[in-house]
Amino acid sequence: MLRLNGITKIFGGLTALEDVSFSVADGSITGVIGPNGAGKTTLFNIITGLYTQTAGEVYFVEKNISFFPPEALAGLGLVRTFQNVELFGQMTVLENVMVGLHTRSKSGIFSSAFKLPGQIKEEKYIKEKSLQWLEFTDLADLADIQAGNLPFGKGRLLEISRALAVEPRVILMDEPAAGLNSRETAELALLIRKIRESGVTITLVEHDMDLVMDICDSIIVLNLGKKLAEGTPREIQENPQVISAYLGETE
Amino acid sequence: MTGKKRQILIFLIFAASVLFAPLFLKGNYLLNVFVFVGINTMLAIALNLLLGYAGQISLGHAAFFGLGAYISGIITTRFPVDPFFVIILAAVFAGALAFVIGFPILKLKGHYLAMATLGFGIIMYIVFNETVEFTGGPSGLSGIPNLHIGSLIFDNDLNNYYLVWLFALAVMLLSINLSQSRIGRALRAINDSEVAARVMGVNARILKVQIFTVSAIISAIAGSLYAHIMTFIAPSSFGFNFSVELLTMVVIGGLGSIYGSFLGAAILTMLPEFLRVFQDFDIVIYGLMLILMTMFMPGGLISGIQKMAEFAAAKMKKKRDSDAQA
Repeated sequence: MLRLNGITKIFGGLTALEDVSFSVADGSITGVIGPNGAGKTTLFNIITGLYTQTAGEVYFVEKNISFFPPEALAGLGLVRTFQNVELFGQMTVLENVMVGLHTRSKSGIFSSAFKLPGQIKEEKYIKEKSLQWLEFTDLADLADIQAGNLPFGKGRLLEISRALAVEPRVILMDEPAAGLNSRETAELALLIRKIRESGVTITLVEHDMDLVMDICDSIIVLNLGKKLAEGTPREIQENPQVISAYLGETE
Repeated sequence: MTGKKRQILIFLIFAASVLFAPLFLKGNYLLNVFVFVGINTMLAIALNLLLGYAGQISLGHAAFFGLGAYISGIITTRFPVDPFFVIILAAVFAGALAFVIGFPILKLKGHYLAMATLGFGIIMYIVFNETVEFTGGPSGLSGIPNLHIGSLIFDNDLNNYYLVWLFALAVMLLSINLSQSRIGRALRAINDSEVAARVMGVNARILKVQIFTVSAIISAIAGSLYAHIMTFIAPSSFGFNFSVELLTMVVIGGLGSIYGSFLGAAILTMLPEFLRVFQDFDIVIYGLMLILMTMFMPGGLISGIQKMAEFAAAKMKKKRDSDAQA
């Protein structure tokens, strides 16, 4: 589904990522973990076209998307959420999700201004579909609230709903559990499983090890910009290199 | 009543008020003032689409207004062509220019975009001033014919009022439609978080250029109407001061509010009538208004009024409740 080949990123003189390669299997939940500064978010920014890598390629369904801008990726079915929750704060919850259907609709400036019949029909479809996504994530009650006024946990759910509205094949989630309490994290785990069951592949960066070990099929460990290990949660937990990277060298 | 029905009703009431207003203003100089309120409403909405919705500033919008006015003025004083055809020509030309300069300019953000649009405005102002052969330079261009449809000549306040407001109401309606569409949402998304909008598949670069183009087209049409109504134009109407005045209209009325743009345009068009004593200090007053508004009513008058209405409603409800208890 998603394949990285020798990704290297150098900022000025600093090597943030060095020769990172891995694949994400279709329909899997893949976790990317590593200590702070390991290059996880940088990696996500490269995959989603926000940064350009110094070397290496990114393949999405065997298509080379190495130099695609983010707006081109949504249409192909690759979308992401952000660590700090990037909502459209001045728009309502419903409108946020409606923006997610941007690539699933096509009315332009002219047909929108003149309300041509096709546009009215499309607008109705966008609204209905968006409400369905809000029901999927249990946010339908909050549809008319301004997104900027949502509590953090709900904002995170809204960001996921908006990403789902793109009808992606892959969602990349950057620390989806950051800032959530334990109850919210448990609900998030259920939701992520539910999303996977609907046929969407998920890749996430996460610090909450319980969550990662619980839901991931496969884990990639980054350390200081390099891939340290790759395997199932059990393999990773037993990997001495991973343990030393997290806990420091012990003799 | 659903939100949609209420909006249609509000627009119909507004349009009806505009159409019947001349009955009460007959023979009054206010009718003449309202002709210019109409033109400024078009301009404020044009700038608001760019600034209030897409969040992209322009400090040179008077240039597109001037471009429309000069293209109409120059061509209709020299060639016997249908002025309405020239209005379309001017709109297309202004739109094409905006489209071409939009790509490099709108790559810039914040202060840099402000500087670039400011520069564009100043360049156009110099062009209006220095191409004396065409524009008449600082002493202006006179003898621009009035518009006419058959024997109906737009040479008095009443006719001009209906001419301008027909255009202004159309611009309002189309802008309201646009603001509530997929495109309107995408623009507001860019304003709130450009990076998230792009990740959702919104092509921010193209969309910004498109709305800049639309904005320029509306401004140019307003300029053409202005030229035919005034029959005389001079560069001083299209300089930096007027760009700031437009910006003040948009901010005072309310960023992202179409009716707010009308309110801002009405206030700033009528203000000089009441404040003639301050004539040379108008830009100082606009500056002061901008500062006070952003400090105390950042959402503009429209949202200020809404908030006050909500506050009053909540207070009345509280009073009713306490009365009921007692």
